[in-house]
Amino acid sequence: MPIFPLINSSEITPNEVFLNRRNLIAGAAAAGLAAVLPKGSAAAAKLDFAKSLLSTDEKPTPLEDVTSYNNYYEFGTDKGDPAANASTLTTKPWTIAVDGLVARPTEFHLEDLLSSVALEERIYRLRCVEGWSMVIPWIGFPLSEVLKRSEPLGSAKYIAFETVLRPNEMPGQKGIFQPLAWPYIEGLRLDEAMHPLTIFAVGLYGETLPNQNGAPIRLVVPWKYGFKSIKSIVRMSLVEKQPETSWNRQNSGEYGFYSNVNPEVDHPRWSQATERPIGTGGLFAKRKPTRLFNGYAEQVAHLYAGMDLRKFY
Amino acid sequence: MAIRTGKIQVVAATNWSRVIRAAVYWVGLVPAAWAFYLGVMDQLGADPMRTLERTLGLWALRFLIVTLTITPLRDLFGINFLRYRRAVGLLAFFYALMHLTTYLVLDQGLDVAAIWADIVKRPYITIGMISFAILVPLALTSNNAMIRRLGGGAWARLHRWVYVAAAAAAIHFLLVVKSWPMEPVVYASIVGLLLAYRALKRLRGRRPRRLAST
Repeated sequence: MPIFPLINSSEITPNEVFLNRRNLIAGAAAAGLAAVLPKGSAAAAKLDFAKSLLSTDEKPTPLEDVTSYNNYYEFGTDKGDPAANASTLTTKPWTIAVDGLVARPTEFHLEDLLSSVALEERIYRLRCVEGWSMVIPWIGFPLSEVLKRSEPLGSAKYIAFETVLRPNEMPGQKGIFQPLAWPYIEGLRLDEAMHPLTIFAVGLYGETLPNQNGAPIRLVVPWKYGFKSIKSIVRMSLVEKQPETSWNRQNSGEYGFYSNVNPEVDHPRWSQATERPIGTGGLFAKRKPTRLFNGYAEQVAHLYAGMDLRKFY
Repeated sequence: MAIRTGKIQVVAATNWSRVIRAAVYWVGLVPAAWAFYLGVMDQLGADPMRTLERTLGLWALRFLIVTLTITPLRDLFGINFLRYRRAVGLLAFFYALMHLTTYLVLDQGLDVAAIWADIVKRPYITIGMISFAILVPLALTSNNAMIRRLGGGAWARLHRWVYVAAAAAAIHFLLVVKSWPMEPVVYASIVGLLLAYRALKRLRGRRPRRLAST
């Protein structure tokens, strides 16, 4: 791990620049999305989006922190590894298969999918199971938009998600030392997946997703610990039984299927009562209390009515 | 004449090792100074407190490992760094102290209730505290006066507790991470090897060749 990560202050783009750019984009009307998507993967492209009432008014974590402090084990287990290694991932062309218990199994081409949805900016809190948090201005669209098009059958109760498996482009997926079994898999109950807060994100801070943040398309479920929000998705399968998930498979006593943010239910090895907000106050940043369902209890608590949240952690 | 020359050489050698010993302390404190400097300049990345805490803890473990390599180096390769072991051991203690202070002050904001809850409830904190608690008496007795007062045998027995401290530090590192990333596993393996060497030596019935050689 880099013991002394050095960041030149000149590398940090002032926030005003981002805000201005975002206003400009919001102001500009038309623009077909396919036209602004970059060839290959590297360069970020501006996105056209509307603001959302579901956004928090909290101050977003600086872009530099959002894109340099990542858990994406396919690129290495250190927080700095994804930013250093993720550029090798080819994100174009990209397809997402939707199969299983659906009336219309589909393989979406990402460009086609994006040209048929309305992008929104969702500024969400993100709480990592490790005890830190961020506020991130995602650009995306509700997952329900995609699911509806594939027409889930009545028997479908859960969705299983899968991240791309490309050991040649993802250094963490090869070698003798593997912290997780690949590909990374995650799952949601169908009602969680259909909830309006659950989105597929394709961008942040007004531009296409950097690779280290899960490009080209990732899940964002803001009331669950971050590892539930699976990155670089290539497949979604609608299934009847609760699917396996990567972290649960790695250690079922520590990482449950639900993994809802809950200050009352500690990780077996550490407390979840408080969190360290990233990008605030430097060395002297203060911890703040973690909130039930990461502060989204009003919107999502009903999904878990009558459930023992200690048992279904 | 010959005798006098020999004497002068011994004196010169002593002076040199004194200079090197002082240099070990100063060079050993450079990583901490650099980390604090970067912290003050807000150059420690997205999670500066955690980076500082980790850096200091990691160096404590590294110096502990260095103290444990001194005996095998001498036994197996005839390289003798014994005269620098005290300096390295004390460096390990200083880093552990700074690591602990960072946790207490910057991480927990001196919230006594939260800290106490951590110590009794969180095995990785408990084990880290045990490691530090062991290092305290070892640091306090790392001087010639204490060796004389305790007597060589008792002093050596006391300082064998460093094995427990090192094992606890390695486990502390393993328990703080998710899954099994390479870094803590590598450090734990090194500590394991160095402790296994001692166990093997004891099994074979080879007594330490000198008092301080534990």
